[in-house]
Amino acid sequence: MAVTDEREAFQSPWWDVSRIPLHLFVVGVVLLIIPLIANDFIVRQIFSYAFILGTIALSLMFLAGYGNMVSLVQMTVAGVAAYMTAIFGTSAIDTISLGWPWWVAVPLAIIVATIFGTLSGALAVRTEGIYTIMITLAIAAAMFYLVRQNYTLFNGFSGLNQVNAPVFWGVNWRDPAPFYYLSLLIAALAYGLVRYVSRAPFGLALQGVRDNARRMAALGFNVTAHRIAAYAFASFIAGTAGVLLVWLNGQVSPGTIAVGPAIDILIIAVVGGISHPIGPFLGAILYVLLRTFALDVLVSLGLSGERFQLLIGLGFLAVVFFSSDGLLGLWSRFRERARRDPVTGERREE
Amino acid sequence: MVRYAERHPILTAIWVLAAAVLLWAIFAPWPAGLEDVMGRKKIFLNALFNGVTLGALYFLVASGFTLIFGLMKNVNLAHGSLYMLGGYIGYETANATGWWLLSFVAAFLVVAVLGILLQVVVFRRMEGQDLKQTLVTIGISIVIADLMLWIWGGDFYTILTPSWLTGPVELPLITGVSRRTGEFIYLKYPIVRLVILVAAIAIGIAMWLALNRTRIGMLVRAGVDDRDMLSATGVRIQRVFILVFAFGAGLAGIAGVIGGTFQSVAPGEDLRFLLASLVVVIVGGMGSIPGAALGALLIGLAEQFGSVYAPTYAVVLTFLIMVLVLAFRPQGLIAAGR
Repeated sequence: MAVTDEREAFQSPWWDVSRIPLHLFVVGVVLLIIPLIANDFIVRQIFSYAFILGTIALSLMFLAGYGNMVSLVQMTVAGVAAYMTAIFGTSAIDTISLGWPWWVAVPLAIIVATIFGTLSGALAVRTEGIYTIMITLAIAAAMFYLVRQNYTLFNGFSGLNQVNAPVFWGVNWRDPAPFYYLSLLIAALAYGLVRYVSRAPFGLALQGVRDNARRMAALGFNVTAHRIAAYAFASFIAGTAGVLLVWLNGQVSPGTIAVGPAIDILIIAVVGGISHPIGPFLGAILYVLLRTFALDVLVSLGLSGERFQLLIGLGFLAVVFFSSDGLLGLWSRFRERARRDPVTGERREE
Repeated sequence: MVRYAERHPILTAIWVLAAAVLLWAIFAPWPAGLEDVMGRKKIFLNALFNGVTLGALYFLVASGFTLIFGLMKNVNLAHGSLYMLGGYIGYETANATGWWLLSFVAAFLVVAVLGILLQVVVFRRMEGQDLKQTLVTIGISIVIADLMLWIWGGDFYTILTPSWLTGPVELPLITGVSRRTGEFIYLKYPIVRLVILVAAIAIGIAMWLALNRTRIGMLVRAGVDDRDMLSATGVRIQRVFILVFAFGAGLAGIAGVIGGTFQSVAPGEDLRFLLASLVVVIVGGMGSIPGAALGALLIGLAEQFGSVYAPTYAVVLTFLIMVLVLAFRPQGLIAAGR
């Protein structure tokens, strides 16, 4: 797994546009003009949704890629933030919702979700490696059953609905275009933050813990504290995305944090690739496209549209089998092959 | 045991006292004051028996899981799917032939063959890559779940018990005193659950004997401790792996038939039993059969008593046990023998 990327040269100041590589520049411009060229459905249900899922998967990528902790609890953390946004803010169930303004409810929701995620992490790091996946899966499932059975706080099976995004600065943030830019901004910030942290001392120490925990402990690093801090950081990202998720859907129910979605997040991260923060977003776009259009594809192939899960499962199996690093791995393998001379197999000069 | 009592006299006294109270609560008729606080004794006894029989079912599922994990370090997240497949196969067999006992054989064989296929075709190719194996099991569980949904649909299936096992049996346990005649009322309990409990205990003891008293069991235990060393001594470890995977998967299949008999088989059950085996194994200790037994008993009791006395928080109780165990004994109550 590639650990760090080469630092860009520091010759020009950070605001200099020419420092940005061309392909990033193109991607950025395309992302910015999408609401102008695409219809509302695509903007909302494909791109905004993919950014949110990608951000949640990014938090998993951070834990798995830099800390080797495959946590299945990230969707639950996002779900806790979503529930808390509905509980502190406004929803149709006014016996439960406190009706506080969004600028109180949202930070509180993110804080609660971060605390929840940190506590789950503190439990999960009691054991190591492969056990993490079992413990976090158990936490996610327990939370799902709790939310489904509890009516006093979570309104049980039906959940909380009519959770609307706020209206401020004269903009209704629930409209497709403003919401698109909001989720794009959050996704970009989360991406930048993860890239920054991955090269900051904390991120480097975390990668050291991943590679050899015993040696890092001998060097004087507190291994457990680093791991828990990684959970806290990832939970913050996932919680922020969870607030967006409840605004996008307008409601939150046990189905949001069921084990299926939790595993979907893992699939997104793994299919995209967990060695680089861009992977989860690639995976999320692919997942959302599949999810939206699989029905038509399956029907055109003569299969019933209900076999969507089968398609996802088989695709996931294929990716795990053939590439250790998802789409990113396939891409780098392809580039490597393209660089080699087809006859001699030697590297070509560029 | 004597040494434990010598070392911790106060703790031992507390344990003995707790056991005595439990025995008294089970066998003696309850005074009216206690019934006011705890509810009727019949409810308590039913919760106790349901908890123990549910624990027996959990033990059957989780022991296969923990055996596979202990030997191959493979967290088989498709274990719940194997359980559910066993339930469906058992239903089809019992429906087609009318033999309840035959459905156990069929479920064991079919699911064990599937387990062998998984081990030979999939897991052998990625030995040593724990994470990859686990991810693959997630993919497999999604695929199997959807295939089963395709074949059997979303209906509930219940395997009918044969006539010689239907109906309740009266146990020599007093639930209360009849107001009119003054006679004791005894607990009536479904006989099929008792038979299943006895069978689960028998399987557990047989497994313990096989692991500790036979040559194959010795190989398995050695493999749990150090599989590289074992294969270096000339044992064909792949055969041991296949055997253990087949047996663990087959146990899940048998458990599926049992679950389908006293509950039902439906989509979503795979997840429930996967979660149950995860929690049981985490609580009991990974890779340890006695640990699985203890964990299953604890979780089964917690679930039943929780759903009787605190319905909203039954899951939380189960979860709380897991949290406490992880906090104080992260290796599980009975860690795998080292």
